[in-house]
Amino acid sequence: MLEILQDFWLQLLIGQYPKGPLGGVVMTLILAVCGLLASLPLAVLLAIARVSPYRWVSRSAAVFVNCVRGMPLLMLIFWSYFVLPKLTGFSLSGFWTLLVALVIYESAYLSEVVRSGIEALPRGQIEASRSLGVGYWTTMRKVVLPQALFNVLPSMTSQFVSTIKETSLGYVISVNELTFAANQVNNMLLTKPLQVFGLLALIYFIVCFSLSRALRSLEWRVRRARAMV
Amino acid sequence: MASRPSFVAVGDSHEKTRHMSFLTNAQLLSMLEGMLTTVQLFAICWVMAFTLAVLLVVIRTIDFAPCRWFVDAYVEFHRNVPLLVLVLFWYFGMPELLPESFRTWLYAHNAEMSLAAIALSLGSAAYISEDIRSGLRAIPATQFEASRALGSSFLQTMRFVIVPQAIRTSIPPLVSRALLLFKNTSVAMAIGVVELTYRAREIESETYRTYATFGAATIMYLLGSFLIMFVGSRLYKRYRINTGAGHA
Repeated sequence: MLEILQDFWLQLLIGQYPKGPLGGVVMTLILAVCGLLASLPLAVLLAIARVSPYRWVSRSAAVFVNCVRGMPLLMLIFWSYFVLPKLTGFSLSGFWTLLVALVIYESAYLSEVVRSGIEALPRGQIEASRSLGVGYWTTMRKVVLPQALFNVLPSMTSQFVSTIKETSLGYVISVNELTFAANQVNNMLLTKPLQVFGLLALIYFIVCFSLSRALRSLEWRVRRARAMV
Repeated sequence: MASRPSFVAVGDSHEKTRHMSFLTNAQLLSMLEGMLTTVQLFAICWVMAFTLAVLLVVIRTIDFAPCRWFVDAYVEFHRNVPLLVLVLFWYFGMPELLPESFRTWLYAHNAEMSLAAIALSLGSAAYISEDIRSGLRAIPATQFEASRALGSSFLQTMRFVIVPQAIRTSIPPLVSRALLLFKNTSVAMAIGVVELTYRAREIESETYRTYATFGAATIMYLLGSFLIMFVGSRLYKRYRINTGAGHA
């Protein structure tokens, strides 16, 4: 395993980068960060729609969220791989295809997280703000969302770790990320699949485990701040 | 084989609109077969994962530190490695460790399916064991102590006091875990298990009926998922622990 790491660490880290496309761990992280950042605004909108007083708004948001939750991410990836080019008329690169699927999938899951944050706030706060004459949207922006988003930070960080794991599905449509790079290495060596895929699992483990441990300190801070309120 | 189109295949002769046309009965049937494999894989994995998870929980209660370390390491490893990587590892890597004769037997007997089932079960077991454990922790320790003080044995306490309540509190997380497992069986297509996603992919590349194939596959997945969600909410309502909150 160590020899493989010695020979191929650069490829597993950044792919063929200076001479070819970026890939490896770096690409996996870029995909996860972009996926989460892009899905956050969508998730907030969906969560607001789900707690909307208008029945048809909350119903349609619920239908969307449940449909995405009921469908494998792989299916969404294939939708965006095959259907997006036909709808828009121009072909997307693997990176964008995967990102579109990830954003749709993550926004549905994140919206549930944000919604639970909104619903956990005491109703009295909204009522107090509204009875002071503050408008619906201003109440949302100034009272509800800042607290709700802060309180659900811990769940969002664990969503980030699961997004990292989900980017591995890009392998199926040949997106240049870590799993794809490991598969390339495996095809070059041919005789050492156990070591290559063991190494791949270890790399994912190290990245995700250390991230979730690092983010746990953030979680503690949020807990402390909440306890003090 | 002449198969009657199940819907009017509008514009099938025009290459440009072909991806809009519908599926034939034979293609639909082949997708249903894929769905059957998906459901089989899901059922097998769920049973294996749940059994393993219970085993993990039991091992972790043993008052011997290495047991705890083992279970914690197992759970952390499987929670931090993508399912696809586990599947690839078990399919490409693990058979190398097997004796030659067993390996040839395995490859002759649908190795993809059994290795995918092993990988998926091992991965889900880690999550399920955590769900069960937090369900157990939700029961106040005083109940355990009270039961023991009344003279019940450890096993009796577990059987009549702790486990029945723990199962009820862990129904919601277990149901959402089952839903995730159902969807995650699609990952098995990466090593060639002929399940629903694989079939959809195959038919799409043969016929270019993109919307129809992926639409049909999506509907089948959604039906399965909604069924799980529905059963889950029924179970939740039926076995919810009435805490008395909300009653005057």
